[in-house]
Order: sequence, then structure tokens, then C-alpha cells
Amino acid sequence: MDVSGGHLLGDSVITTKIDAVINWGREASLWPFVFGTACCAIEFMATAASRYDISRFGAEVLRFSPRHADLLVVAGTVSYKQAPILKQIYDQMPEPKWVIAVGACASSGGFYDNYTTLQGIDEIVPVDIYVAGCPPRPEAILDAIIGIQKQLKKEPTLQLRSNLEFKGKLDG
Amino acid sequence: MDRAESMDRLLERFKKSFLSQMIGGTPLLMAHPDELREMIVYLKEKMGYPLLLDITAIDNLLSAHPPASRFEIVYLFRESEFGYVIGVKCPVSDAQEGVESIIDLYGAADWLEREVWDQYGIAFRGHPMLKRILNHEEFVGHPLRKDYEITKGQYCTKTQDLQDEMKPLLEARGLDEERDHLMILNLGPSHPASHGTIRTLVALDGEKIVAGAGEIGYLHRGFEKSCENHTYNQIIPYTDRLNYCSALMNNIAFAKTVEEMIGIELPERGVYIRVLLAELSRVIDHLVCLAAGLLDMGGQTNYWYLFNPRNDAYDFLSKLTGARLTNSYMRIGGMAYDLYEGWESDLDAVLGKVDKGVAESLQMIEHNRIFQDRLLGVSPVSAQKAIDFGFTGPNLRASGVPYDMRFAAPYYHYDTFDFDMVVGSVGDTYDRLMVRFEEILQSLKIIRQVIKRMPDGAVCVADHAVTLPPKSSVYTSIEGMMNQFKLIYEGVKVPKGEYYGAFEAANGELGFYIVSDGSGTPYKVKVRAPSFVHMAAYPKIIEGYQVGDAILTLGSLNIIAGEMDR
Repeated sequence: MDVSGGHLLGDSVITTKIDAVINWGREASLWPFVFGTACCAIEFMATAASRYDISRFGAEVLRFSPRHADLLVVAGTVSYKQAPILKQIYDQMPEPKWVIAVGACASSGGFYDNYTTLQGIDEIVPVDIYVAGCPPRPEAILDAIIGIQKQLKKEPTLQLRSNLEFKGKLDG
Repeated sequence: MDRAESMDRLLERFKKSFLSQMIGGTPLLMAHPDELREMIVYLKEKMGYPLLLDITAIDNLLSAHPPASRFEIVYLFRESEFGYVIGVKCPVSDAQEGVESIIDLYGAADWLEREVWDQYGIAFRGHPMLKRILNHEEFVGHPLRKDYEITKGQYCTKTQDLQDEMKPLLEARGLDEERDHLMILNLGPSHPASHGTIRTLVALDGEKIVAGAGEIGYLHRGFEKSCENHTYNQIIPYTDRLNYCSALMNNIAFAKTVEEMIGIELPERGVYIRVLLAELSRVIDHLVCLAAGLLDMGGQTNYWYLFNPRNDAYDFLSKLTGARLTNSYMRIGGMAYDLYEGWESDLDAVLGKVDKGVAESLQMIEHNRIFQDRLLGVSPVSAQKAIDFGFTGPNLRASGVPYDMRFAAPYYHYDTFDFDMVVGSVGDTYDRLMVRFEEILQSLKIIRQVIKRMPDGAVCVADHAVTLPPKSSVYTSIEGMMNQFKLIYEGVKVPKGEYYGAFEAANGELGFYIVSDGSGTPYKVKVRAPSFVHMAAYPKIIEGYQVGDAILTLGSLNIIAGEMDR
């Protein structure tokens, strides 16, 4: 039996908006690049493991090459020494791309208000969603992924994203 | 010859130096600069102190009674039976001039001296590669000097190519990149198998690694500088984030060190709760190490089998402390609150699941040909080498050295529990992983004994100069309110002096060297981090093996960046 419903539709045509179709696909196939540096990365591992199961949201294809990824998950403290590397990875990712700052350190430097810690990754790269917590629970990380899905649904696919105007501290 | 007698001989020989004491009686040799190096040679060769624990410095700029020289350098050694520690302290009159390097005596000194140079600007004469290690190359100044402002950050714009380290390594081996068709491969700091933020540069001949150089500091978060600006109890959350795979253990180690400085002892129930949580943390830490290490090998099923019981342990911890990973449950003089009702059955269920997960994982790998072929004989570290590198914990025991602080210098009634020390034979990657498997089982054994023996009573010391009084007395009595006020604003007062406290953490000897000026904020804190010295040895032990082996070796050393870079 054909369960796809194709026998009902036959050769009929569905009209929709191109944004709706493309974003429908994007929403369920986010490929994260995990820039995991510290404690938050351990909680991201838990998010990916079977209990919390990130694949329920279509984001389980973790890529370790920025060229393959469209979602940058910065999980952990980013020091000044690390900052140029983060920027390089962000620059290597093709558009469209989204960024999640996981946890207090990535969002604002957290309680490391000192000589070595970048006071939030938004000094270097544009951030779409900030996740509170030190570290956030896996549910909070999943919530951020759902947040990205909601956000990208509203974005026009044929226009350049506004983050291209972003000027970070390391942009020349 | 007993310890006192050999100390007398040492003092007879080094006439310009004298013997002092840390809090609690640990001997501290006040070396005269002229005699420093010779004294260290004597300690190593004549008195049997083969393990260099740590090198650090003290900046006396803000000291109430500053000595003649602004900087002092401190060495900590452990003797060959591992039970005793000795400190050597020496004034440094000119930081640029510095002191003589001891890199030829102790392998571990290499990176430790670089760190002192980076953080304090004290030079080491004769060190072949004295350059920054934790801070980036564009950094100006030395952050742990008292006149460096804590919030003064400095942007870094580019990364190093590490050729300054690779070139001499190749030259020393008679190799040339062009002539011998070597390939230089960069691994990390953002690499799937780099476990966080570790960077290694290797020179390859075919698939074989002929030379390696490591770079760390990408997760340097200024722990030690932050400590100098917070009261003792405020430091507890920072300790969580040293080895974040076993956060509670760092809490306990720090609280225990400070309590020993003050000279207070916890009530029995408090002690047993600490043993219980320390061992549970050890289990969690080893589970993460094994799960990630086996995942690197392609054994992904193990990852699910080992990570799920860890999640159950986190459920228990979040029910107890309110947080999964970074618990901040300990306080100086006790802990935030007592165990909840019904903890035994919850914990028992967790232990059963860990048992099952470990058994299932072992069933898959123990007699698995692929597992053995990939691990047996890979990157072995001999006992002598391991001690020279400064290894401690499972990595040292894997090499066949029976050093476990729970046996060598038992604390918290460890001498009364029935459990075995797990020792490997050749110190290869296989041993390092299997020691951890067995240690999980031994820790479960201890936890089960603790559950049976858990006494009733208080968990905190009753001294309200140390622990917070109950809220009822804060709101109703002037004395209670004053206690609360003083503890929160000024912190727990710790007697003036210095102290080195050590703890058998999941990765090895986790030590805190604390200098107190008598106030509620430490004058200086230095962490003796096991991962730091393990990482220093890593580029050396992967030489001669393949890239794929090196990835597994890194996993088996269980290097945790938070603890390594602090």
C-alpha cells in the first residue's frame, strides 16, 4: 500500500511560498558545529546523548568542519587567546548561519570578569540566541535550538541576512 | 636513616639556609639563592624526593611586612613513599635575572617554569624554551603580579604557528621538514578529538609521528587571580569549574585544605557525605573519560552505555544540590545542607545502573580483538618516566606505581574502608583505560560501605566563626546577625601562613597551595593540577606512534582543560 499519500494527490500541484518550503527544510536539518571549550560542552554531550536526544529536533548531524555546518553552538568560556580561532571558524561557515551562545561565559563572560576572559562572544561574532545557565541544563540547550527554528521560519531566504553588517572587535 | 636525621644532615650541609614550617608542620626549607639548586639536587638524589609537584611564586608587593625581595619562588616535592611533602622557598632578588632552571633534574619542571615566567615574569636561567604558556603571545605584563589589574583584558589577534618549538625538535632528531618529506599537521584547538581546547602540532613521516609540540592556555580563565579577589566561600563555585567532570571533588578538596589551615574537623556525618560524593564524582569522571575515549575509537555504543548511568548520577546530584554539573555544595566547615530524605534508595538505583553500564561496556571490549590491537603497547610510560613527568592518579598507577593518596596519606577514614588500589603494569593506553574501569568498581564498593555506615548528626562544624548560623538565630539574636554579617562581608578568617593541601582527585593529586594574610580572602592560591603535567608529557609520549593512536592516548590521559589551564 502506498502510505505516502501520493495516490490521493495524483499529479496535482501545491502552491506555497518559496520561503516556506526552504525554511521548512532548513528548520528540520540544522547541522551544528559545536565549539565546545568547557563545562557547557559536557552538558552539550548530554544533550546529544540518548536521554535528551537532540535528533528529535533534526539537529543531530554534528559537524566538525565549519564548512559543513550552519549552526554554531559556542558552548563554554572563550578566552582572548581563543577569540581569533572562534572568529576564523565563524568566517569559514557558509551563509546562512546562526549562532547560539550557550551559558553565562559565552553570553557575557560569566563570573570570569578578569584579564583573560572575553566578556561575551558577541564582541567577536553576532549571536542569535543566548542561553542562560552555568552550565544550562540540556533542556535549555534544546530550547535554544527550537528558538533558532522559530526564528529562521520568519527569515526571507533570498535576502542576505542582517548579520553581514556585524562588526566585531577583531574585524579589521 | 630517619627523616629527622637526614634533615639535620641537609641543614648541616647548607649553612646559609634554614628550616621553617608551613601550617600543620609540613617542612619548608628557606633556601639561600646561592644554595637553591644544589639543595634541590640533594633533595632528589640523597633524600629521595623524586616527584616534583609544583613550582610557583609569591609576589610580596602588598604583603603587610614585605621581605627584602619582592618575589619568592616555591617548589613542592613529594618523597618516594609518597606520604610526605616538602617545600623549598627562595627569595628572588631580581625577576629578570631569575633563578636557575631545574629542567634537567625534573621533566615536570619544563611547563611549570614556563607558567611562573608567564604569570609572574620570573626568568629561569638555562630553560631552553622560556615563553608564555597560559596567556597569548601578544599579552603585555604578568597577570599574577599584584600590580596587574584583574579586569585588564588584552585582545589577541592571531595564533602562533609553533614553528619556534617544532624547528628545534626536528633539529635535535636530525630531521628536516623539506629533505625528509615530513608533513606538519595541526590538531586543535578546535578539533573533534582534542577534548576541548588542546592544541598539538605534530611532524609526520608517513603516518608516524616523529615530533610533537603542545600548546595550551586556550581555556585559561584566571582562576588564581580571581581567588585573590574573593572570600574563601566565594571561591567554591570557581573550584567547580576546574575539573568540571567531577566538580564536587574540587569543592571538597578546596574546603578540606582551608579547614586544615584553620584547624577544624568536620562532624562524622559530614566526613562520610564527603567520601560518598567524592567517590561518586570519581565514578562520573571516569565514565566521561571512558565514554569519550571509546567514542574516539569508534565504539559509539559504549558512549550510550556509559553516558546514561552518568545521567542518572546527575539526576541524584541535582536532587541533592540543585545542579547537575557545577554543584557548589561544599562550604568551608561543612556543606550547604544535609542529605535529603530517601537518598539511599535513589543512590542505590544509580549504583545499580552504573554497575550494569560498566558490565555491558566491558562485555563488548574486554575480549575484543580490535580494542586490544589498537591499545596494547601504545604510548607506554615507564614507572620512572611517569614520576619524572610528574604523573599522579590513574595515569601514574597505570604505569605500575602504587601511589594513591587514599593509601599513602589516608584522610577521611579511607584507611577503614575495604577497597583495593588499582595498579597497571606497563602504562600503555590500554592500562590507562582499564585502570579507570576497575577504579569505578572500587569506588562503587566504597560508596556501598558508606551507605551502610552513614552516621547521624550534624554535617557542619558548630563554630559560627566558620559556618553560617541558622536563619532562626540570624533573625532573632544580635549575635547570630553579627556572625552572618561578618562571614558574608569579610569571609572566614584563616590564620596567617601558608599551606599545601592535597586530595586524591579523579585525575590525580589535586593540590591547593594557599598563602593567607590572616584575612577572609586568600593572598595567593595555586592549584596543583594533575592535567597540567599530564599534558606536558603528551607530545613526548606520542612520538613514534600514529595519529590515530595519539587521539586515543589523549583520551586515555583524560586531560580536562578547565583544570589544566585554570
